[in-house]
Amino acid sequence: MVRVTHWLTTIAFLALLISGGEIVLSHPRFYWGETGNVNMHPWLNLHLPSSRHSVPTGYGYVLPDQNGWSRYLHFQAAWLAVATALFYGIFGLVSGHFRRNLLPAKSDLSFKRIGVSVVRHWRFEPPAADETWSYNVLQRMTYVLVVFAIFPLMIWTGLAMSFGFTAAFPLAVRLLGGQQTARSLHFLATILLVLFLVVHIVMIVVAGFRKRMRAMITGRADPVATATSAVGPSEARPPHPASEGATL
Amino acid sequence: MNQISRRKLITTGLAAAAGASGIALGAKVAQRYGLIPPDAAGFYGPGETLTYAAQRILNRHAMAREFSRGQISKDPFANEIYPPLGDDFRRLQSAGFADWRLVVDGMAARPTSFSLAEVKSFPTSSHITMIGCEEGWTYIAEWTGAPLSYILERVGALPQVRYVVYRSIQPDWWESIDMADALHPQTLIAHGMNGGDLPVPFGGPMRLRLPRQLGYKSVKFITRLTLTDSLRPFGKGLGSSAPEGGYAWYAGI
Repeated sequence: MVRVTHWLTTIAFLALLISGGEIVLSHPRFYWGETGNVNMHPWLNLHLPSSRHSVPTGYGYVLPDQNGWSRYLHFQAAWLAVATALFYGIFGLVSGHFRRNLLPAKSDLSFKRIGVSVVRHWRFEPPAADETWSYNVLQRMTYVLVVFAIFPLMIWTGLAMSFGFTAAFPLAVRLLGGQQTARSLHFLATILLVLFLVVHIVMIVVAGFRKRMRAMITGRADPVATATSAVGPSEARPPHPASEGATL
Repeated sequence: MNQISRRKLITTGLAAAAGASGIALGAKVAQRYGLIPPDAAGFYGPGETLTYAAQRILNRHAMAREFSRGQISKDPFANEIYPPLGDDFRRLQSAGFADWRLVVDGMAARPTSFSLAEVKSFPTSSHITMIGCEEGWTYIAEWTGAPLSYILERVGALPQVRYVVYRSIQPDWWESIDMADALHPQTLIAHGMNGGDLPVPFGGPMRLRLPRQLGYKSVKFITRLTLTDSLRPFGKGLGSSAPEGGYAWYAGI
């Protein structure tokens, strides 16, 4: 179940990233507060070419307008992401996946243990055998941050830009400090998620891309598997943390 | 096939069947309560329907955020006007828009056409609200005009009216809204901005002002309102020129 939601989220995330990036091109400038437009000073100008004549970019050309399908795709993918997240959230609570596999153990939350883990990551050491079945402390802290902080912030800041939504829930945008602040935070949270994605993929490569992909797709993992070693009976092994509930 | 995979297969099959019938039932209920947008066919239909239905359930009577006088943008951005205004507009403009007409037709007991002066003589409503473009930029202004609900009442809108179609003097610029928006107190035929007449770059002499949706639904240079119970006969039947150009009909998000 966790694996299914992982891949649904992957599809939704990539669709959101591509369409979101495209939408940004129609106004690649960011502001704080409620209002922001080309007559105002942005706190961040991406200096990218734009798909609108009205944005002074310094480039001599204007990109084709792709916002129509980008917006359609963005919101459809957002629904997929939110539905998946709800399912994952309920499942994670009920099944104990969060408690068992995501929340770091108290004993692991010491400077020493975290330090050891940081050094091991820094040296790009492949994961130890016990990490085949369990996320290490840095992994847990990162996943907790992404799942419980950045992902909800993404949804919140996204909804805070919607005029229909803020009519019903004005606090959603007022608490953030304004419509343009919500847009800026939405963008900054995207950067964090892209950084996460890059590190996530690098870590998979370090841990053995084929092995980890097989584990994440089939739910089977073998700590000592090499290309030639025979794969033993998988029932004998504890499940991969992401395969929780694969049998419902 | 072992025990577990058979059980899994049955569970998955049951879940899929339940899901499919749930969706079919949901679609029926949504249709019944007018929660399906006119551009719901096609690949993006599910997302559009979910957004429109969810917002209509949550915000049918909710008011767009209003701001204080001090928050009005000092340098609002009018956006480029495309397609450019033609000779018809220039002629009306040089006469001070004395001959500007707002035609109201369709399912009305008393279809008619109003002059700009008549529309200005109607009871006015004002609000300081944000206008936001789908591109991401925003500004805040005070908008003044006749509530669309007043005009609908004045022409005797028939009870079966479900949508109001509105057109710009710019060719191929037309939009439509449902009755939740048409009868909403903040929906105006705006002819004033920040205490003066509505300037031409901002849509003067009159534009529709719909603060719960994106700027492209607040069509500038309004000349005609058509009351209807179906959007099928208009254009390609997708509700407005926006979906014909690839944009969503409902722009509350």
